[in-house]
Amino acid sequence: MIRWRSVAMATSLLALGLTACATTGTGGPSKSSAPAKPAEKAEVKPLAKGLDGQASTGFPSTYRPLPSRATAFVGATVLTATGQQIENGVVFVSEGKITSVGGPETPVPADVVVVDAKGKWITPGIIDAHSHLGVYPSPGVSARSDGNEATDPNTAQVWAEHSVWPQDPGFNRARAGGVTTLQILPGSANLFGGRSVTLKNVPSLTMQGMKFPGAPYGLKMACGENPKRVYGGKGRNPSTAMGNAFGFRRAWIDAADYARKWDDFRAKQQKGEKADAPKRDLQLETLAGVLKGEILVQNHCYRADEMAVMIDIAKEFGYKITMFHHAIESYKIAPVLAREEICSATWASWTGFKMESLDGIDANAAILAKNGACVVIHSDDAIMTQRLNQEAAIGMAAGAKLGINIPRAEAIKWITANPAKAIGIGDRTGSIEPGKAADLVVWSRDPFSVYAQAEQVYIDGALTYDRKDPRFQPKSDFELGQPGQGAFN
Amino acid sequence: MIRSLLLASAACVLAFPAAAETVAIVNARIEPVSSAAIPGGTLVIKDGKIAALGASVQVPAGARVIDAKGGVVTPGLIAPSSNLGASEISGVRETRDDGTGNALSAAFDISYAINPASTFLGLARDGGITSSAVTPVLSGSGGGAHEHADDGVVEEMTAGAHGDGDPPLFGGQAAFIRLKAGSSDIVEASKLAVTVSLGESGARSAGGSRGANLILIRSALEDARAFANRRAAFEQGATRDFGLSRLDLQALIPVVQGKTPLLIRVSRAADIRQALKLAADEKIKIVLEGVEEGWMVAAEIAKAGVPVILDPQADLPDSFETLGSRLDNAARLHAAGVAVAINGSRDFNNLRQERLNAGLAVANGLPYPAALAAVTLVPAKIWGQADKVGSLEVGKVADVVVWNGDPLETTSWPTAVLVGGVEQPKDGRHQQLKARYAASDESGYPPAYR
Repeated sequence: MIRWRSVAMATSLLALGLTACATTGTGGPSKSSAPAKPAEKAEVKPLAKGLDGQASTGFPSTYRPLPSRATAFVGATVLTATGQQIENGVVFVSEGKITSVGGPETPVPADVVVVDAKGKWITPGIIDAHSHLGVYPSPGVSARSDGNEATDPNTAQVWAEHSVWPQDPGFNRARAGGVTTLQILPGSANLFGGRSVTLKNVPSLTMQGMKFPGAPYGLKMACGENPKRVYGGKGRNPSTAMGNAFGFRRAWIDAADYARKWDDFRAKQQKGEKADAPKRDLQLETLAGVLKGEILVQNHCYRADEMAVMIDIAKEFGYKITMFHHAIESYKIAPVLAREEICSATWASWTGFKMESLDGIDANAAILAKNGACVVIHSDDAIMTQRLNQEAAIGMAAGAKLGINIPRAEAIKWITANPAKAIGIGDRTGSIEPGKAADLVVWSRDPFSVYAQAEQVYIDGALTYDRKDPRFQPKSDFELGQPGQGAFN
Repeated sequence: MIRSLLLASAACVLAFPAAAETVAIVNARIEPVSSAAIPGGTLVIKDGKIAALGASVQVPAGARVIDAKGGVVTPGLIAPSSNLGASEISGVRETRDDGTGNALSAAFDISYAINPASTFLGLARDGGITSSAVTPVLSGSGGGAHEHADDGVVEEMTAGAHGDGDPPLFGGQAAFIRLKAGSSDIVEASKLAVTVSLGESGARSAGGSRGANLILIRSALEDARAFANRRAAFEQGATRDFGLSRLDLQALIPVVQGKTPLLIRVSRAADIRQALKLAADEKIKIVLEGVEEGWMVAAEIAKAGVPVILDPQADLPDSFETLGSRLDNAARLHAAGVAVAINGSRDFNNLRQERLNAGLAVANGLPYPAALAAVTLVPAKIWGQADKVGSLEVGKVADVVVWNGDPLETTSWPTAVLVGGVEQPKDGRHQQLKARYAASDESGYPPAYR
């Protein structure tokens, strides 16, 4: 079903003259360039949090793990996402963390809950590194079209977390497909779409209650057709690929300038000199966060040649691209991406739906893996996110068809350990190792099978979904009293 | 050396499939669909038709032997409703002919738009698809079950002309194609059905309400009857005004005569009931597509004997007419006695998804034989092609796929695809891209020389 959300929204905003200032940060007198005077000693007053352009942490997470008990899963085939496939394995979790994992000889303490998982498979929880759940929720009506602030090509100042509707029924569907963590991104209408937010996939009344504690932010950037179509269509810059590149470069120049003003201010403050704090600029603050390496660049980009331009822009301004998203043509420059240590988040089965996706092949992931490049299978879709295991299987099979044999123990990383790393939480989740969060899926069978179903999903050791137990099949408020309520198991 | 490589690859591109020959597929599990599976057997093809199949069938002298190596042989899969051959890149308007503007409504005939050279035919064949119903969509309504959220801007992704107001009432006339590589004419049948939408999409084509949509559809059918009965008077300008043009009325005559079905796209249970009532009142044949809330009215659909085409992935309440979507829709409809055909994804050129969708339906309760029929014999019957395709039976056209494993499984793929007994090439555009970039090359020349 086609939805008319963003188009209608963007058009009406334009008609009302509500477009954001397009030139934030590019003009106006610089407030920090005060005439040189003998330094005055002054008492340093801390800035209010909301005015401090370098202490930006967003609104605090209120996530608390759901109740859990020490549990041993015994007898399953375990894909650890560290490269191991353990037959008849044991996974022991306590206090929300993985305590031990190993073969049948692994000791299981007395007086813990034992889950007989013979015949089942256990993997880390699935991590979808590209989701719009909550910002483009179901039902897809314009009143809930909150994913693209398509009013200016640079909206680095907006944060996806301020758009997330936690009651999106899609979160529950995704969890029933094994998804335990999601990176929610702004859309790709803009060169700079805004900040991403990483969520624990737990039912919550608030975004803050889902927010992954300590996860870094990402910045959504988009090269290619979308920004130039959206703004070119309005007779504005950018309307071409070169206009896109200009928009990126201009913004980084402004960001570096902004970062320097704050650095100068801090330096003076530390020396006890009198100094006026620069005015906080939310757009430049996010960009400066990238330059400082605190915010990860999540760059929507389809074509290999455009990725090469984006890599050079990153080098020109001294930042790193963490991951190309969609990355349809990554296979054409796989050695470059391996060398630059840039991940590719892609689909296996989508191709040719727009000009820049024309060369999509199902073997993209396999060719990347063969070249030692980082592979992530993502969804960008509320349907596909429910079966990322199968999408990874399609990519794995496409490799096998070409003679590139990728074992399940490796392919599982595409939807667990690799996305965890690429959104900056790889030290906390994404693999079954002692000390990591007990984010686990118990599958009915080999998760790479079309017939596989997630039977139980654990987040921080707590059972959050159970296909066979209605008590663990949470429903969104929206679904109550509707014909399909909770009907996804 | 480079030149000779180039010539070799050019020859590769130009190579047309060998003419029909006698072929024996041996060492296979045969799934005829119309009868019980044969655990280990041989299938013989002569003159483009299935000549024999069974556990103890002999390989004819001189036959080319395809060893299935313990794999599975199925009928070629059929896409029950797609834009294959009529649309290539959904975001590139120039490549889209699967919908039209307001110039035509029911009269739009998609068979004239089919491009046998579309590279996406080969891609569909790679997924085991050998034929497809090609069905028009309402311009501006898109054709997909779900949207690509990446863009947020979906206007560009839809068929038909811009700026000409609401879409027409009817989408147009469907065709049936067979995916024969190298053939200049792949249209097997045209004017198979007239498409129409109920629900939100239909409401938009009627000024905004479902109520108006149904009135206009009923009125159009009434006009078509009057037009058929009073053709001479019409030519003399002696009839009342009709709501549709002469061409559109003409296209609806086989529908009101009960010869050609209306393909009705519909989601909500209440709208499905309206579709069934329309068919009963107007005494027309209908086929339902979408039917996300079909399970809620499964018994009524079964009682009316109406077949459905659905996407088993659709489980989101992504609109106010799909609030009841659920993964076991196919299983529940089948259990109620409804003939269920399963679609791939119209979007993203992902008809390969069709067989996986059938597998997903199995995972959610649809019996395996019904799932296999849902991508073969059921769509063949829906579109009146079952005398030729859709099952492995002696005398039927040899549209046959050899799989290296379970055809509904993610990790299987076709090792041979035959259309009309002719083995199809495996060097389509996507295959060539893969070969080019999967290969190691130390020549120092760019990939363009490979």
